[in-house]
Amino acid sequence: MSTLNEFLNMGGYGAFVWPSYGVSALILICLIVLSIRHLRKIERELKPLETDRKSRRRRKVPTGDTVQ
Amino acid sequence: MAVDLHKFANPARFLRITSAIFPWAAIVTVLLLAVGLYLALFASPEDYQQGATVRIMFVHVPAAWMAMSIYVMMAISSATGLIWKHPVADLSAKAAAPIGACFTFLALVTGSLWGQPMWGTFWVWDARLTSMLILFFLYLGYMAIWGSFDDQSKAGKAAAILVLIGAINVPIIKFSVDWWNTLHQPASVATMDGPKIHSSILTPLLVMGLAYTSLFLTIFIIRVKAEILGRRLRILRLAHVED
Repeated sequence: MSTLNEFLNMGGYGAFVWPSYGVSALILICLIVLSIRHLRKIERELKPLETDRKSRRRRKVPTGDTVQ
Repeated sequence: MAVDLHKFANPARFLRITSAIFPWAAIVTVLLLAVGLYLALFASPEDYQQGATVRIMFVHVPAAWMAMSIYVMMAISSATGLIWKHPVADLSAKAAAPIGACFTFLALVTGSLWGQPMWGTFWVWDARLTSMLILFFLYLGYMAIWGSFDDQSKAGKAAAILVLIGAINVPIIKFSVDWWNTLHQPASVATMDGPKIHSSILTPLLVMGLAYTSLFLTIFIIRVKAEILGRRLRILRLAHVED
């Protein structure tokens, strides 16, 4: 237990060392989460438009047995 | 209406390559961060003068390195975008900007937390700290320009010009510790005579530097994919309206 306390104390500088690591972790994790959520949102919005475009392109092909 | 698929050829290839790199970048980031944090917090010795506060260096210096190198990368891709009109160049710079802003912010905050116990103050208006703060504002300004134009190609051009003008700040940051009196210590890793730090502290620093670089690459791939798909979304919506 005392070694853990010693480790957390950081030679008396714990109040400066730990916030440095904490704020770094916080900011970078937030950045990762926000970036992934932003990508997911765009992928979600893009999906119906892509399928719509594909189906319309199929319709433009002359009717008959050439349509896949 | 027909959508010009040639426009997508290049970004599509770009996306394929980055998607292939992505899982490796993510794995390497996790491994390097694990090793780097172990070395930084447990294995490395305390500094004989600064005690345990030297451990702040392992998150402060890599963040500052990233802050500057991301800006240089944005300047290069913005120039590419302006000169060759490469479709992915502007979007790459746009995708990198928030990551660079975060690293700059972290360099400022962790530097402040290191300054208080060692210098006796959170902040001084000296050249290094002030030029770093200007870098942070350049990032914010760049992102604001992208947000304030409806026409994205105009936004890209204006933002690229801002980045290129602001690039003058990068050598000022780098050499500020030599040109002006400052509390900040001079360069001790990238010097002409080689690193001036003992390997027991230099190794964890370099591992954390690599970890941050690979973390940047991982987040950058996510963001640049969002930018490329976002542009596709805008084009398809426009096509939808015109039909």
